[in-house]
Amino acid sequence: MQVTDRTAVAVSDVRKTFLLRHTHSLKESMVALVRGRKISSTFDALSGVDFAIEAGESVALLGFNGSGKSTLLKLISGVLRPDAGTVRIRGRIAGLIEVGAGFHPDLSGRENVYLNAAILGMTKDEIDSRFDDIVAFSEIEKFIDTEVKHYSSGMFLRLAFSVAVHTEVDILLVDEILSVGDEPFQRKCLERIRELQAAGKTLVVVSHDLNMVSDLCSRGILLREGKVMFDGDAKLAVEQMRAQ
Amino acid sequence: MSVRAGDPVPELVDPGRGLGLVDVFRRRYLLQLLTRKDVQVRYRGSVLGWAWSFVKPAALFAVYFLALGVFLRLNDTIEHYPIYLFSGLILVNFFSESFTNSTRSLVENGPLIKKIFMPRELFPVATVFVAIVNLLPQVGILLVVCLAIGWTPTVLQVLGVLLAIAIIMIFALGLGMLFGAANVSYRDSQNFVELIVMVAPWAAPVLYQWNMVKDVVPDWLFTIYQLNPVTSAVNLMHQGFWEPTTSNGTVAPDTWLFAGIGLLSSLIVLAAGQFVFHRLEGRFAQDL
Repeated sequence: MQVTDRTAVAVSDVRKTFLLRHTHSLKESMVALVRGRKISSTFDALSGVDFAIEAGESVALLGFNGSGKSTLLKLISGVLRPDAGTVRIRGRIAGLIEVGAGFHPDLSGRENVYLNAAILGMTKDEIDSRFDDIVAFSEIEKFIDTEVKHYSSGMFLRLAFSVAVHTEVDILLVDEILSVGDEPFQRKCLERIRELQAAGKTLVVVSHDLNMVSDLCSRGILLREGKVMFDGDAKLAVEQMRAQ
Repeated sequence: MSVRAGDPVPELVDPGRGLGLVDVFRRRYLLQLLTRKDVQVRYRGSVLGWAWSFVKPAALFAVYFLALGVFLRLNDTIEHYPIYLFSGLILVNFFSESFTNSTRSLVENGPLIKKIFMPRELFPVATVFVAIVNLLPQVGILLVVCLAIGWTPTVLQVLGVLLAIAIIMIFALGLGMLFGAANVSYRDSQNFVELIVMVAPWAAPVLYQWNMVKDVVPDWLFTIYQLNPVTSAVNLMHQGFWEPTTSNGTVAPDTWLFAGIGLLSSLIVLAAGQFVFHRLEGRFAQDL
């Protein structure tokens, strides 16, 4: 892995191990001990993962379910910490990971926009100046002062996504969100992502829509059982994955 | 702010590591929003709304006053017992609420902690701030009553009351971070906290007077009793609100000395809480 002045994400020799507990109480642990069964076992979600992403690059993380894509994304966002190796980033980062995680049903759309934008790391002034754009993008101006619990699931996702793509970031992590909303809204989202790309933002995308990612990203990293199988041109990566 | 040629290049940093409570201060706008959210949604959907924050302490006060003040006749031996009782009780309630809620705050915000990285200390800190919002109107009532019966506050008394609130805030936050971090992996923690909270009003001179303890326990035990930060804070409340409204009421000796020690030990608890929190934080997202 080559780290330069323009490296945005540096993942070096990362291992992430999860502990699987087979017992959930003291009693169960005792019974397991007496019977000689294992109390817990470990499982390597990622091992020996090593790569660097340059600023402005768009990278797709590919792999089947359980290959470690989402774990890797969580390590890059800082939610999880590696058990070995290091993950380092340069600049501000925000994840479009399960958008709407910070939404509270009892607050109005307006209050939720402020709360979520702040959770994603924006300051009050930044939110004030972007608030109109966020609402306009979501196309739910009429309902912005209604409590979010009265929203339809589509409206909810629109607003949540809109907040996320308007955050001021250098690195954007995108996890399977381009599958939200109806087709016109999806197209709009994709357009917005391309705008961010053109503005020089670094993008890390996880999606099962292989055509879309090979179109959007220039580089693909293929994971299998927590190991990097291929790292290179996105179209080649998709071919490799389909060949598996 | 994307990285362009000519811009100063920001350092490569570890995305999941922060400076703990210092980061909470840096993101005070988010702290403010989180606190406001909790205040807003707390009694949402109830008819009485925030009146509940008066009803609960009022009911507790009435029960203690009847049982201890009237039936056990503390009303006769402690001058202005209602003021004595109320000034200590609201402080202990503040402690209990901050401690319980901050212990639970991490588990309650689990979905968020698992998905987005932010300084996790924000959650216990926000709950303590919500508890302060709850406390202030009660202090207001106490203030009005004391002024009405002829209390002329001195600067020292007011400083003492503020110090009392600060001690409890720091102590409860430190304990909340300690038990809250443990609670992520072991839910025994929150049950243990319930136990502590149950004992809290009895472990400080809230319902009875300090000399009742001094008369029956050996000196060393009484010193330990006074070393409890909650005791020192309750004494400050009594010194501020109750003592000056009575003719011969006296708070425990060395109030200021023990207040200083109480503040110091609260700060030590906070440092310990932050240390443990930091050690366990790496596991939060996977254990929740």
